[in-house]
Amino acid sequence: MTATKTARELVEGVPDPEMPWVTLGDLGIVREVTTGPGESVRVALTPTYLGCPAIEAMRTDVAEALTAQGYRVEGVELRLDPPWTSAAITERGRQKLAEVGIAPPHLTENADMHVSGTHSSTPLSLGVRCPHCGGIETALLSRFGASPCQELRRCSSCGEPFPAVRS
Amino acid sequence: MTALTKTLKPLDGYALALGDDALISSHRLSEWLTYAPDLEEEVALANIALDQLGQARHLLGFAGRSSGLSEDELAYQRVDREYRNSLLAELPNGDFAHTILRLFFFSTYQRLLYAGLTASADGELAAFAAKAAVEVGYHHEYAVSWTLRLGDGTEESHDRAAAALAELWPYTAELFAVDEDVAALAAEGLVPDPESLAGPWSEQVGTVLAQATLGTAPSGTWRPSGGRAGLHTEALGYLLAEMQSVHRAHPGATW
Repeated sequence: MTATKTARELVEGVPDPEMPWVTLGDLGIVREVTTGPGESVRVALTPTYLGCPAIEAMRTDVAEALTAQGYRVEGVELRLDPPWTSAAITERGRQKLAEVGIAPPHLTENADMHVSGTHSSTPLSLGVRCPHCGGIETALLSRFGASPCQELRRCSSCGEPFPAVRS
Repeated sequence: MTALTKTLKPLDGYALALGDDALISSHRLSEWLTYAPDLEEEVALANIALDQLGQARHLLGFAGRSSGLSEDELAYQRVDREYRNSLLAELPNGDFAHTILRLFFFSTYQRLLYAGLTASADGELAAFAAKAAVEVGYHHEYAVSWTLRLGDGTEESHDRAAAALAELWPYTAELFAVDEDVAALAAEGLVPDPESLAGPWSEQVGTVLAQATLGTAPSGTWRPSGGRAGLHTEALGYLLAEMQSVHRAHPGATW
């Protein structure tokens, strides 16, 4: 069996288990794909969050996608260095997230992050656009959302709550 | 499996202590599932527990690797005397204010600790700490916002937060204790000196307590310790009995 796609293309094309509208390549978590003799391949992924529950599913999905195309998977390892940040999400990934109503992360320093405890409970920031109406004033409802890499915000213009990828 | 961890190298033992803090803290937070005051707190506490579990998995994996011990063996086959978590992590949850004050103390400590650990001469621990520090920043932000709201809230919420502060405060000293192994690791630049974290911790905690109208830290000389050496409160035994029950009933089971 001869592989028609390169191993890297296959790995990057695997959908994210929790946000299946984007791929592992879109999220920027594919660190290294190394092929060796006899269609052998090793993969290094970087977790978005240390406790990300989707990691095991990702490893299985990556191995299955490669095996189905005739590759021999020698290992799918996790690599923490350098750590993932949401800046690694590709432009295509940002567009696809916005299309399904998940605000992509803003690329500037997070304006909501305080250290001394002087902030209000629902800080307002101008960095995350509403994925529904495009409004630029959105408020943080909760730092914790449906998955470890998401938070919950509300648009001050249209009033809709929406999930956003955490910076 | 007694003496499972007796032979660990000092850096592995250090990682195990940090991992035990995260694991036991995670388990306590997970006990709030279906009991939290509202849905947002349910989701928040579950997410924080999940982050702590992820940190525990990495740290236990690191701690056991050179001895051939898996993270599961370390989590599920040690008895309480082999656990190295601080006593603060294992105390029963109490009410919501109690859980929030503990998370506030603990996340303030972890944020300083992980920030210091990013400078470790061990590259793997440094990379871990860089990731964990970001996550703990969110835990800290959450705990601070609730400490302010409870302390400076109603009379009832203030009194409960004040009671939690009085009960938990003595246990915080143990976080900054230094033993021979840790002192040697700190001297080699592998880990931050715990004593160096105590000053910034007191300052940051004091600022928030004052803003929360909870006054200054309680005085008193009773500062229990022993967790790092495996001498725990009775609460840990009950916690482990529950946490380890499935693994012990079905050794080697997979699904």
